[in-house]
Amino acid sequence: MPIAEQDVKWVQEPKLGLFGQLYLPLVMDGLTTTISHMFQKKVTEQYPEQEPKLPANYRGVHRLNRDHDGHVKCVACYMCATACPAHCIDIVAAPAPVGWTDREKYPETFVIDELRCIYCGMCEEACPVDAIELTTLYDLTGLSREQMIFDKEKLLSVFDMTTKAGTDPVRTQAGKLGPASEAPPQK
Amino acid sequence: MPTVYVNDKPVDIGTQRLNCVQAAELAGVMVPHYCYHPALTVVASCRMCLVEVGELKDGKVTMQPKVLPGCQTPVKDGSVIVTGDYVKKDKSVPALAYDPAYKPGVRAKGAQADTLEGLLLNHPLDCPVCDKAGECKLQDYSYEFGRSESRMVDSKNQPPNKPGISSKITLFTDRCIMCTRCVRFTREISGTAELTVTNRGHHSEIDVFPGHPLENKLAGNVVDLCPVGALGSKDFLYTQRVWYMKDVDGVCSLCSTGCSIHVDVNKDRVYRLRARENPDAQGYFMCDDGRYGYHFASAADRIARPQVKAGDAVKNAAWHEVLPTLKADIEAAAKKDAKGVVAVLSPFLTVEEAFLFATYFKGLSKDVRLVLGPVPVIGQDDKYPKDVKGNAVEPTKFTIRAEKCPNRRGVEAVLKQFQGSVIPFADVAAKAGSLAALVFVGGYPNKEAVEAAVGSGWTAPALLVVQDLFPTALTAAAKYVLPATASFEKDGTFVNHAGLAQTFPRATLPPKEARSELQIAFDLLGRRGLVQAAAIRKEVAKAIAAFAHLAEEKAPKAGKRLELQTI
Ligand code: SF4
Ligand code: SF4
Ligand code: SF4
Ligand code: SF4
Ligand code: FES
Repeated sequence: MPIAEQDVKWVQEPKLGLFGQLYLPLVMDGLTTTISHMFQKKVTEQYPEQEPKLPANYRGVHRLNRDHDGHVKCVACYMCATACPAHCIDIVAAPAPVGWTDREKYPETFVIDELRCIYCGMCEEACPVDAIELTTLYDLTGLSREQMIFDKEKLLSVFDMTTKAGTDPVRTQAGKLGPASEAPPQK
Repeated sequence: MPTVYVNDKPVDIGTQRLNCVQAAELAGVMVPHYCYHPALTVVASCRMCLVEVGELKDGKVTMQPKVLPGCQTPVKDGSVIVTGDYVKKDKSVPALAYDPAYKPGVRAKGAQADTLEGLLLNHPLDCPVCDKAGECKLQDYSYEFGRSESRMVDSKNQPPNKPGISSKITLFTDRCIMCTRCVRFTREISGTAELTVTNRGHHSEIDVFPGHPLENKLAGNVVDLCPVGALGSKDFLYTQRVWYMKDVDGVCSLCSTGCSIHVDVNKDRVYRLRARENPDAQGYFMCDDGRYGYHFASAADRIARPQVKAGDAVKNAAWHEVLPTLKADIEAAAKKDAKGVVAVLSPFLTVEEAFLFATYFKGLSKDVRLVLGPVPVIGQDDKYPKDVKGNAVEPTKFTIRAEKCPNRRGVEAVLKQFQGSVIPFADVAAKAGSLAALVFVGGYPNKEAVEAAVGSGWTAPALLVVQDLFPTALTAAAKYVLPATASFEKDGTFVNHAGLAQTFPRATLPPKEARSELQIAFDLLGRRGLVQAAAIRKEVAKAIAAFAHLAEEKAPKAGKRLELQTI
């Protein structure tokens, strides 16, 4: 839609008087601001000595959640990979190992390229069983590209780390697996 | 003219005997259905196709007071069908003279939503882990016609899965909607009747009879037929989500029936084959040999790059090195002893490839002989349905042919065009040792066919060039070994046992260094420019009268029946 004429407001630059054109008043103005800040509450954070407190919905490194048996919660439905705009999730699905009574499909491999990821959180939103979550871990470093490609074990270790540290409580609404992984009775 | 009115739109049904679903389809209106399948008997058990039916007589419409299953209700001249989609009808068509109190489409629409609610009562809704998700009729119809929430408060009925019903097929019992398509298929098409419904009402389950698992050569079709994710192919289970795959219209290359198939590929790998409806070729189904027979294309021992024998050792070589020497060798042999040069064109080649190779070899000298490669024949034609004793019953509904190659007739037509007669491979195989050169253009998915044709007491000719998919006795003796391509890796035309010519596009790229046969023929001929099967097809159409109608820019999907017997 083009901008209508009545929506445009024309502003004229104010003309400086003789007082304004003098050097000193403006210097004093600046100094006032500087000095006033010296007596205000400090806002600068001393990173990295002092770490920031991030909100729980911060979108940092992914983790793969574990279920009550310690198994990966993911049911390899590829919803995250399908939703991902950066195409950085790669999953290979397989029938769940014998003994996993609560589901029939699980991810044999689950790889996220953290360099390619744009940390949009779509994967978290798409997951029907709340298996993938973005944590508040933000200081992600690696010495090579390979180190930044997170596999299943690494993603699970992020889960262990963040839950132990208490920074990222599991946000699963239901507290248990979703309907997609309800127990399939075996014959 | 018999006219049927579908959502007020008149359609002429001619002399066809149709039901409401088919008549609506003629009018471009889709009536959702599960249990109805054009190749199976009608049982009208799912109730998804409920429509309002009436009659137009003397300008007045009388509607029946109940909704009726469209699949079971025949139409005649003056029939009126009102579907649940009446509100979406073409507004330019004037409404019929309904009773003012009648609200068209309201009852049908309500019935569709109620049917779906009933089907979903016990349905597990585990779409995220269900292989059918994305192509599931229950998903599609629920989205389109269903309600968004379940009112069910009781716990769902969860019968146990039955992975043991077949070695190739598993049953997720709780996802079944009891359409009985699978049961009717085994009773009517394969005739083997392994599947049945056990129990009653909401406790009905699909099952096999004890000790008689679902093992017949057509069994894989029940997976295609199942409108939901209840029957799953173990071969495909959990390997891909369907929305990642590209569906390419292919032609099965494993027998001369030449079934039309869907080739589902992702990233240059074939993940599954499904039957593609084609009344001219095979109908609605395909056999398991073909369905699971695509694995040869990704087998590890495939020849993937050209090899040249230097002394006793076989070395990999680059195409740009191989082709000039190969060409020089063949041409030298043809110059010296044209009668001793034989080109074997296998029935796995497309018509276009055979044509180009024939052009090349006949261009060397008129005396070069073109030979039809070994035609693998295994047993007898396998006809279905069968009775309990395994004997075929008339009328035949599906035939797996004994001739295990897709294009004997196409290659024969080319050979006849170039030299008037077809020389079978057996004629030259025995005297191969005395030949100056033998160029074997193969592409056999089953190497046994080649080895059997060659036999044990075989001596290699002076120059042996073999192009094939797998190492065989022939490639072991060859000076030049060239990789061949599978039918998924090329485009072209196959002519089936009945003379039906079907063109198909390429589905995947050939592995590693392999080049299509068409490309190799191009290189041998020294032609320049893009290798396009469609362009060659035009040449074939011009050169060979029987193929004249292949020249069309867009060949019909169902293929074209050729009058090949006339040449
Ligand atoms: S955060 Fe976004 S880009 Fe990163 S993996 Fe998830 S969906 Fe993909
Ligand atoms: S969406 Fe969730 S359950 Fe599905 S594959 Fe991704 S992480 Fe696994
Ligand atoms: S059969 Fe269809 S609706 Fe049922 S779980 Fe599978 S995809 Fe979902
Ligand atoms: S298994 Fe599939 S085809 Fe067979 S009755 Fe159930 S839903 Fe129908
Ligand atoms: S399709 Fe008509 S009742 Fe099932």
